[in-house]
Amino acid sequence: MLSATKRRIIGRRMLQTIPVIVLSTFIVFGLLKLVPGDIAVTLAGENATDQRIAEIRQMYGLDQPFLVQYGEWLWKAVQGDLSKSLLSGEAVLTSIARCFPNTLLIVVMGLSIALMVGIPLGIAAASRPGSWLDGLVMSIASLGVAIPNFWLAMLLVAFFALGLNWLPATGSVPFGEDPGGALRHALLPAIALASGGVAEVSRQLRSSLVEILSSQQVRTLHAKGLSPSNILWRHGLKNVSVNLLTVISLLANRMLAATVVVEAVFAIPGMGGLIVNAAINRDFPVVQGVVFAMVLVVVLINLTADVLYSVLDPRIS
Amino acid sequence: MSTATGIALAVTEPGPLHRLGGWIRNDIRGAVSLGFLLLLVVVSLLAPVIAPYSPTEQDYNAALAPMSAAHWLGADDLGRDTLSRLIYGAPATLYACSLAVGIALLLGVPVGLIAGYFGGWVDDVISRIIDTLLSFPAIVLAIAVTGALGIGLTNGMISVGIVFSPQLARLVRARTLVVRGELYVDAARCFGAPTSRILSRHILPNTIQPVIVQVTLLLAGALLAEASLSFLGLGIQPPNPSWGAMLARAYQNMEIAPEQMYPPGLAILFTALAFNTLGESLRIALDPTAKRR
Repeated sequence: MLSATKRRIIGRRMLQTIPVIVLSTFIVFGLLKLVPGDIAVTLAGENATDQRIAEIRQMYGLDQPFLVQYGEWLWKAVQGDLSKSLLSGEAVLTSIARCFPNTLLIVVMGLSIALMVGIPLGIAAASRPGSWLDGLVMSIASLGVAIPNFWLAMLLVAFFALGLNWLPATGSVPFGEDPGGALRHALLPAIALASGGVAEVSRQLRSSLVEILSSQQVRTLHAKGLSPSNILWRHGLKNVSVNLLTVISLLANRMLAATVVVEAVFAIPGMGGLIVNAAINRDFPVVQGVVFAMVLVVVLINLTADVLYSVLDPRIS
Repeated sequence: MSTATGIALAVTEPGPLHRLGGWIRNDIRGAVSLGFLLLLVVVSLLAPVIAPYSPTEQDYNAALAPMSAAHWLGADDLGRDTLSRLIYGAPATLYACSLAVGIALLLGVPVGLIAGYFGGWVDDVISRIIDTLLSFPAIVLAIAVTGALGIGLTNGMISVGIVFSPQLARLVRARTLVVRGELYVDAARCFGAPTSRILSRHILPNTIQPVIVQVTLLLAGALLAEASLSFLGLGIQPPNPSWGAMLARAYQNMEIAPEQMYPPGLAILFTALAFNTLGESLRIALDPTAKRR
């Protein structure tokens, strides 16, 4: 099915993720070393008992050399033990498993909205570059990049939830229990997340389409007498569709970041809420666990995009 | 013969000031953005003079007051004048943005220069680290670093600077790779110029143009990051004003006084828009091959 070259390229690409993941575990663990002063004392917080401080020191192995600490932490992490929250005592992996689906739902919905709105806008702008429509779309795109997601989220809550009462303002419902309710709760956050994505998709699509449409190859097609719409749909889009993959993986990374603040506005118990609370309370195992989980997701998305890219691009054979 | 034409070309080429003037005439959007940002600097410097109230002065009778002659933009739930807090938010914002981007420059530019110039295993190691850092969702990493360093505006923006630095490093590295092969760099090396001098006098100036553009865009990113961190309670601490913190307060009282969320939101939006537009204009102005709008 796949040629040997493609399989080899994909295999090499998969191997490349290993050093990235190893390095990111190093960075995630290294975050601990940024804590000023005696780490165990700082993490234990004010009015901590000596016993508590000793417990934290023991947990991170802080009395041992750095590489030993890292090695032990990594060994446990590989086995799925991201240690326990300093506040609630809950296993970090359990918290992540509880919160991640909520985040995933709004990111996936946000990504879908960004594509569903951004692609038609980009095509419309590129089909008549320099027209008023092009100008309008590109202005909307600049606005979409500059508007703070969380402010847009607040505006959406004000108009659609509190003003018109169409959608719930805050909270979330597990998808498994009530899919309809889950989607209704996730719609406004997803729209807030998608604003930057719509801008990015339409801009990228426009610029690569305009480039293709002004190429020699397309001029030949014009000379052959093909209609402009035929050229746009048949030849233009086919050539730029692969570029969209890169945009999607970039957006997924951005949205995972933006969701942190958007979740705060909608009081969604997702990864954002988890890490913000943990950071405020210096609940470090949770901070490290969430960062690591997020990086893993991003690395996997990038990998998938690259693999699909080499499968779809006919030039790689 | 060819040297003579080269000199003639160099003489007729318009100077940077002339080009700046031409740019303002050609690019009204860029000029307006620059004007807006300069205005913001003036407001920041004159904040104590122009603000009608102290940003932390509480007047419970005015709590959540609507717009009026006494409070042009109303007041927040503690009765603090919104216009005054908005004005005092400007210096906080500019401080935050410059700090973050300054740190990003200090970390990113030298690392990018070293990776690009020395190449080999140094480049391999640095590039791998840059790639890895860029896989971290930016604000998530910034939150984690802030959590480690301790909560506050300065620590928050140091974190944002650290998180932004790989973007600059990658950019500088790519430019350096191109420039280090140029003849004048070889010439400098042949004359026995020390590496530090080659890097600072020959390579750095030639990487600066894309860096200027990227810095403008990063300023917009830093602004949004500051607003986000302050909104989440990880940035500026009460009672100090910042646009993000004002939004957080306004959000809590959204059902009673929804109009309170417009002034800080619009301030963030316009400033971010100005940085982005200026960055785009600079890119076109500094790049002779870019198409004019």
